[in-house]
Amino acid sequence: MSKANLLDRRAVVAELLKDRNGAIAVGGLGASTYDIAAAGDHDRNFYLWGGMGGAVMIGLGLALAQPELPVVVITGDGEMLMGIGSLATVGLQQPKNLSVIVLDNEAYGETGGQASHTGASADLVGVAKACGIGDSRAISTMAEVEDFSSTLQDVTAGPRFASAKIDGANLERVLSSRDGTYIVNRIRGSLGHSPI
Amino acid sequence: MHARAETAASWPDEIFSILQRFEVRQVPYVPDAGHSQLIERVLGSSTMRGIALTTEEEGVALLAGAWAGGQRGVLLMQSSGVGNCINMLSLVQIFRLPFLTLVTMRGEWGEFNPWQVPMGSNTQGILELSGVKVLRASHPEEVREVVEAGASQAYNACTPTAVLLSQRLIGAKVFTK
Repeated sequence: MSKANLLDRRAVVAELLKDRNGAIAVGGLGASTYDIAAAGDHDRNFYLWGGMGGAVMIGLGLALAQPELPVVVITGDGEMLMGIGSLATVGLQQPKNLSVIVLDNEAYGETGGQASHTGASADLVGVAKACGIGDSRAISTMAEVEDFSSTLQDVTAGPRFASAKIDGANLERVLSSRDGTYIVNRIRGSLGHSPI
Repeated sequence: MHARAETAASWPDEIFSILQRFEVRQVPYVPDAGHSQLIERVLGSSTMRGIALTTEEEGVALLAGAWAGGQRGVLLMQSSGVGNCINMLSLVQIFRLPFLTLVTMRGEWGEFNPWQVPMGSNTQGILELSGVKVLRASHPEEVREVVEAGASQAYNACTPTAVLLSQRLIGAKVFTK
């Protein structure tokens, strides 16, 4: 594909989380967690610093537990590829309030920019569609990002999946908390659950 | 050793009652013959959601999301699935999850298939190295007590726990008559 006019990952994530209301945002291991942190810390941000391949499943567990709240998973192509089977699991469960968006730079940015499968042969939108996620789309413009963003609050029409081709530039890391217990308990607290 | 029974045992129903009492809501699983009766009960339940997985590690991540969202869950799998979970089990320690898994054992007690033995022999060690406490039930009459203890320490004390359901309990899979 053409490398011209690729999207700025931080602009994409800022748009997705602009009017989040009660939405819970899950970031995959790597740059997508920094992008979510860059959009502003929030007590419903689920940052991942490990567990590669688990972002979509964490989103599914949250979505099933909180069916009235929008849950959006924002992850990278490498993280998505490692948990590719989870798209089949989401397709089977059909959670109406879950949205997944892959920031696809066609590379493993955290480890030196090695090429991922999405640059050459793997079509994530095709995979998502074939797994039963009916609303699966490729995104290449900010207008399409805005369009996708406007659907996130609708908890009756998911699951939905999008892959946005983004610029491969390594941006300055914006570091979120790395304390998993704090991150999870903060989300639980915001939902009204007290500690054990 | 004894072969797998043709008639339904009562211990899977006892496990189901314990899960109900602890208000378990999400039950991710990779199918296993030893869990088939329990999986049927879960899929027929109005309070629990059975969630079929493509690989067991998905279940660990799912339970992290469920806990963050305020729900308890339990992962049902076979001993070979424990190997598929290793890296994802970091989440159990990192989030201090009330993690409970019920593992049906293969590769022991009259096993016919040698391919089950390497993972079956290492299941307990791998779980313990991953920070999960291991309990075991080998006889039908002890299942209720052991699963109750496991659920109690997992959910009340956030102590990650695996209950191994021995092949001695389930009966060895018969390949030839």
